[in-house]
Amino acid sequence: MSVAALRDQDETRARAAEPVVALKGVSVRFTTDRGTITALDNIDLAVEQGGFMTLLGPSGCGKSTLLRVVSDLVQPSAGSVKVLGVPPAVARARRDIGFVFQDAALLPWRTALQNVELPLQVGGGARRAGRRTPRELIDLVGLSGWENALPHELSGGMRQRVSIARALVNDPKLLLMDEPFGALDEITRDRLNEELLRVWEDTGATILFVTHSIYEAAFLGQNVLLLAARPGRVREITPVPLASPRRIALRETPAFVELVAHLRRVLETC
Amino acid sequence: MAMQTLEAMPAGPAFVESDDDKRRFDAHRRALAWRRRLLPLAAVALLLVLWEAGVTIFHVKPFIAPAPSAVALVLAKQIGLLLQNLAPTAIEAVSGFVIGNLAAIVIATVFVYQRTAEEAFFPIAVMVHTIPVMAYAPILVLLLGNGMEAKIAIAALICFFPTLVNMTRGLRSVTAQQIELMRILSASPREVFFELRLKNALPFLFSALKIAAATSVIGAIVGEWIGATTGIGALIIQATYNFDSPLLYATIVVGSAFSALFFGVVSWAERFFLKWNVGEAG
Repeated sequence: MSVAALRDQDETRARAAEPVVALKGVSVRFTTDRGTITALDNIDLAVEQGGFMTLLGPSGCGKSTLLRVVSDLVQPSAGSVKVLGVPPAVARARRDIGFVFQDAALLPWRTALQNVELPLQVGGGARRAGRRTPRELIDLVGLSGWENALPHELSGGMRQRVSIARALVNDPKLLLMDEPFGALDEITRDRLNEELLRVWEDTGATILFVTHSIYEAAFLGQNVLLLAARPGRVREITPVPLASPRRIALRETPAFVELVAHLRRVLETC
Repeated sequence: MAMQTLEAMPAGPAFVESDDDKRRFDAHRRALAWRRRLLPLAAVALLLVLWEAGVTIFHVKPFIAPAPSAVALVLAKQIGLLLQNLAPTAIEAVSGFVIGNLAAIVIATVFVYQRTAEEAFFPIAVMVHTIPVMAYAPILVLLLGNGMEAKIAIAALICFFPTLVNMTRGLRSVTAQQIELMRILSASPREVFFELRLKNALPFLFSALKIAAATSVIGAIVGEWIGATTGIGALIIQATYNFDSPLLYATIVVGSAFSALFFGVVSWAERFFLKWNVGEAG
């Protein structure tokens, strides 16, 4: 089934014209002992329904802060943030936002399956159970047979798979991923990149994905948002003109190499 | 559509190649485990033999240092008296353990949620902790009388501090991302405490409880020295004054055995409740 067909089924089709994430003039300033740091400066951004946008930029460009503004973990100092047309706090409470952290953030006393079930057990999440059961999500991320393994028995890549399944258990319309594969070895990272694209097509969720890797940003995104640092601001949004389904071998094609070269050139000016 | 599971391989030892190798590997591990158990026993047996020989060869008087055989004889003959005196000590130690640790857990929880309370009261806890047991034990006996209450209070006080420090650290040691996760899930403060902080603190708590298991018995015994007619502490004092060294040693053996048993029970509880932590504990 094609990506477009899956997305047509989505109940939110009626609102397709409305961006899933809309930021207008968003600034975030932190006050520290040494003065005020501007993490994000006057950001305007719109992410379309079903889009996959990767966020790329040097350290200190506010990539992670941007995700935290969208997910109501950080309050903007100025500007307006809308997720699915409502404030982030409302979208969060409705379980429309899933978040995948860099270190998986699993609870070590819970098995893989119990970790995936967590969102259904706290914060009134049971009422917002998704189409798939936790067990089906474990299968979706390729961990069948590992339901009862404890986090310390799993590899880094497997832990991150569990955390992706956990983020999907409420069927979020928006999935925020903060360098989820940053700590993994390259082989595992490549494999998970391909699999994430399949999960994205399968769920129809909109994804915002923060990364340090130019290759990852170009391979995953339909658009790459390049951020400049100090203060964090939008430098460029680069569309990725590569067809789906994407395979790792795509990285050897001239179009991909050219795209990466372009991103690298822009990053040098950030 | 299921994702590929090339990465999902069994987490067992990676370099075991055949069943035969595996058997040899397991046999070697079992041998090592037995060695670990038998070596200390052999060392104890050796020391006892040396001690017995020393007492016999140098004609050491029994009231100065009794031979192990004399101690064993007392242990066998007077086991009724010894156990009768162990009972109050055990009750005091266990009660003090429960009260002291519960108080520490509750106060640690308050500290984690009220920084001001921690800033105000933690220095006082440190000060009390620096006072030697022998110094505050008489004070508590004066305050609470000659009964079990004073001994329980001493045992509780001696357990309190390590648990307070460990529990506060354990409740705080959640990662920023775990807190953010709970926030994303709109978890209530109650859920954050019971689902995250409390469970996260358990390994820290059990480290403190293992220390407390042994020290609570010491607290009860010290309390009995100050003023008691029964108990391991009282029996130690009586035996000393009567130059009944074999009884003194036998009393110490019984007291230590109880401490070790208590420690063993807490260790077992730790292994039972913290199965998920074995990987990190090694």
